[in-house]
Amino acid sequence: MPSQQSEPPDDRLARLRGPQPPQPYTARKITALTANPACARRAVLDAAGVDKALLAQQVGYEPRFGQSPFALAREQAFHGLVKWGGYAELIRLLREQLSVPVAEAHVTDLNEVGGNTALPVRERETRRLIAHVASGQDVRLILDRPVLALEVAGQTAYLEPDALTHRIEGKFHVVLIRSFAAIDGQANPTAVAEAAKQAAVYVLALRRAFDTAGLPIEQISHKFLLVCPKDFSNRPYGRLIDLRQELDALQFQLSRLRRAEDLAAGLPETATLDTTRSTDELSSSIEALDASYTPSCLSFCEMARYCRDEADGCASPARLGNGVRNDLPGIDSTRTALDYLDGVAAPGEAEVEAADLLRAAARLRRLRRGAA
Amino acid sequence: MSVLSTVAALTASRTGRAEPLTTVRHQHLDEKPFVLVPLTLAGETCAPLAALAGTDPEHPTLLTVRQPRNRAERFRFAERLAALLLAYIEGCRTETEPYTAGRGKEKEERLRFQRAPQLLLPNGEGIAYVRLLGRLTRLRATEGPYAVDPSVPALGKWLTWFAELAEFPNSGVLLAMTRLLAAHWATGQSPSEDSHLASLLAWIDPPEGSDGARVAREAEDPAVWPPAGPSTDPVFDRTLHELMTRYDEASDDRGREAVGRQIDRELSGQMLPTWRLMWRGVELLRDLPEGAHVPGRWALDRRWFSEYAEYLDADGRPQARRDQAVRAARRLARLEDAVARYEAERAYDDPLVMAEYELTGEAFTGTVTARDEDRFVPGDRPGSQVWRPTITLRTSTDTRVGLAVGTEVKSPARPGQGARILDIRQEDDGSHVVVLQLKGGFARKQKPPAPAGTLAETGEELTYTTLNPTAMPSALPDEENTPWTHGGPPQPYEPTDEDAEETWE
Ligand code: SF4
Repeated sequence: MPSQQSEPPDDRLARLRGPQPPQPYTARKITALTANPACARRAVLDAAGVDKALLAQQVGYEPRFGQSPFALAREQAFHGLVKWGGYAELIRLLREQLSVPVAEAHVTDLNEVGGNTALPVRERETRRLIAHVASGQDVRLILDRPVLALEVAGQTAYLEPDALTHRIEGKFHVVLIRSFAAIDGQANPTAVAEAAKQAAVYVLALRRAFDTAGLPIEQISHKFLLVCPKDFSNRPYGRLIDLRQELDALQFQLSRLRRAEDLAAGLPETATLDTTRSTDELSSSIEALDASYTPSCLSFCEMARYCRDEADGCASPARLGNGVRNDLPGIDSTRTALDYLDGVAAPGEAEVEAADLLRAAARLRRLRRGAA
Repeated sequence: MSVLSTVAALTASRTGRAEPLTTVRHQHLDEKPFVLVPLTLAGETCAPLAALAGTDPEHPTLLTVRQPRNRAERFRFAERLAALLLAYIEGCRTETEPYTAGRGKEKEERLRFQRAPQLLLPNGEGIAYVRLLGRLTRLRATEGPYAVDPSVPALGKWLTWFAELAEFPNSGVLLAMTRLLAAHWATGQSPSEDSHLASLLAWIDPPEGSDGARVAREAEDPAVWPPAGPSTDPVFDRTLHELMTRYDEASDDRGREAVGRQIDRELSGQMLPTWRLMWRGVELLRDLPEGAHVPGRWALDRRWFSEYAEYLDADGRPQARRDQAVRAARRLARLEDAVARYEAERAYDDPLVMAEYELTGEAFTGTVTARDEDRFVPGDRPGSQVWRPTITLRTSTDTRVGLAVGTEVKSPARPGQGARILDIRQEDDGSHVVVLQLKGGFARKQKPPAPAGTLAETGEELTYTTLNPTAMPSALPDEENTPWTHGGPPQPYEPTDEDAEETWE
């Protein structure tokens, strides 16, 4: 596989990663990155293109993510169905949902460009075609699996939305095909929210593409078309979903992400994230990167179980969830909190209020448990 | 989360053992609950794969779908589940008892069953499964090209009824074991980790001589403890996928049956550990004494059950695909009332729950230091006098009283006796002196002396709070009297041909 990122070979991040091919940035990764923007560890691992699953395994934590063969088959079948016959189903949905004349719509397959599947090549071709459609030369063109580029934490991410529609009333729409169902017009809100976050990443990337090409970004719709199976059947169902909120949030969070390169620069010269190196070397390098563990990490980050043990080790209140963390403002360890409760340590000025409340709660717990 | 549960979680994180959050059990736990441990096929929307079900901990019934892509097989699963669950529901419809419904002029005598079904699922996703399976099956037609057995839509209507009530905290007909346990115990892990049944139970009920925290971690390994479902473990799915492929490709019936039995065994192996955990959870909860308001809430469940059973006998049309606006609005109002009442009842039944309100200042506890039994104040009519005795309470030095003069409060010790705060003073030592004017709750007496026990004695310790479990629910017109401006009375749902034909692939 050719290298999918084009940083100079002496780049610090590339050196950290070692000789392994970089893992590409995906929309899923970016949304996860913004799900925990305070985490320097993840920012560097992702920017360096480290295989986090492999890394976690090397330091003794098999990540518990995997896809069922049933789920995979189903997803492929549904994608296949939507795309079958030159996106016949998608075109039907566009006609139904957006009431647009799409009789003469046609599709360009961007999975490859003249046999070349390299992302930068496909990205260039995508840009060329967008300019072509935007200029009004061929408004009825649907792009299948276009590639868009986005700068994230100083790195170029290549992103592949399922499809991009032609201009409908002057606007381009991002299309996402998902295999979770919409039952009576309502899909699982968490799944929809996740899809929307990813769509926002694509829209943002699309804006950058328009910007660089000098095209007006007003041509990009802030709504995306979510296609998923209807009820318990296979029939595709589509809905336009507004993304303005997600776009604002994403932009804010991306701007906050400290540049991963700066973070990497702060590492000792000997640090390595090369998954072929020894466990000790890797562990000490990982430790040198500040993590910001929360229980939600368990649902999206391959490093989560490693970070959880680390958080346990230093008794970080966040590992017990937001409720506990919010009740311990200014107190950075559950051990300290327990010391205040036991009266073996005195809280500092900033912690007095929280510690008093904890003590009052502990006293009430003692009294009222006995009362029963 | 309250600061009290934070303290409990901190303590648990130190000891490696869960800490109680309550002194009593706040949910009805039936003598004969129906436990359901379901599995679904990954990637599909509610494609039943298998289940262990029943009311006998020693003998669960195993239901499996050996080829979930086969529509007929899936409906056979629904049929078999219906046979079990409908029989269980029918078994609750035996003895009835009278009760009084309504207030004032609208009071009437009615009958309700002495039992109601109680369905227990492992977790919140299990409840979502019940809702989806209900939606999937209740709209099927029993005649025509896609006909199913009549028990299938009947199952669907009941499952939908269960799922709708599950949103009401005061109802106990459909409960998730993880939620039940987490409401009664705090662990030293996060709430999201508590949604894992095996690891939650490891904290609450660690094996002899071991550390709950450590066992909880071990329980997260799907190879040791298969997930409690309905989602399956992706690694297990590879085995299953292979078996199902062999099942499809078997050259004869005997060969197919042999693979089929292997599929059954594998699936059963995935669910049995959870089945046992479910009953262990039931045991642990049974060990807790029941809260005082629990039987009353179960009586309401039995009433709802009786009403729905009657409706099914008389009309029987399924619940709509979606609630109409009027019905949705009413439902929301009922839900808000139910939540408020449930919170208040819990606090009245359980000093440890009340302590949460004491900590925020919405309740306070003090010792009666004085009482004025012979106090009269001017009544509403000119010249009249009404009997309004007072008591004076003194709180301990570190109590916070967040209530203002004039606030109406009540005490769990005498819930029928209203009280109003006349005065609050903070003493130099930090304690508070609160003077309360009392009204009612004197066994209908209008003047002193107060009948024995109806007026607090000096030295008695009492808790007062603004919470009121008997607060009147917000008034909404009956469904039948919905004004035409709001669409008139909601019509029962008429299933369409489209609903019945909806394919399930
Ligand atoms: S699991 Fe660790 S590396 Fe991943 S986001 Fe959480 S804290 Fe960061």
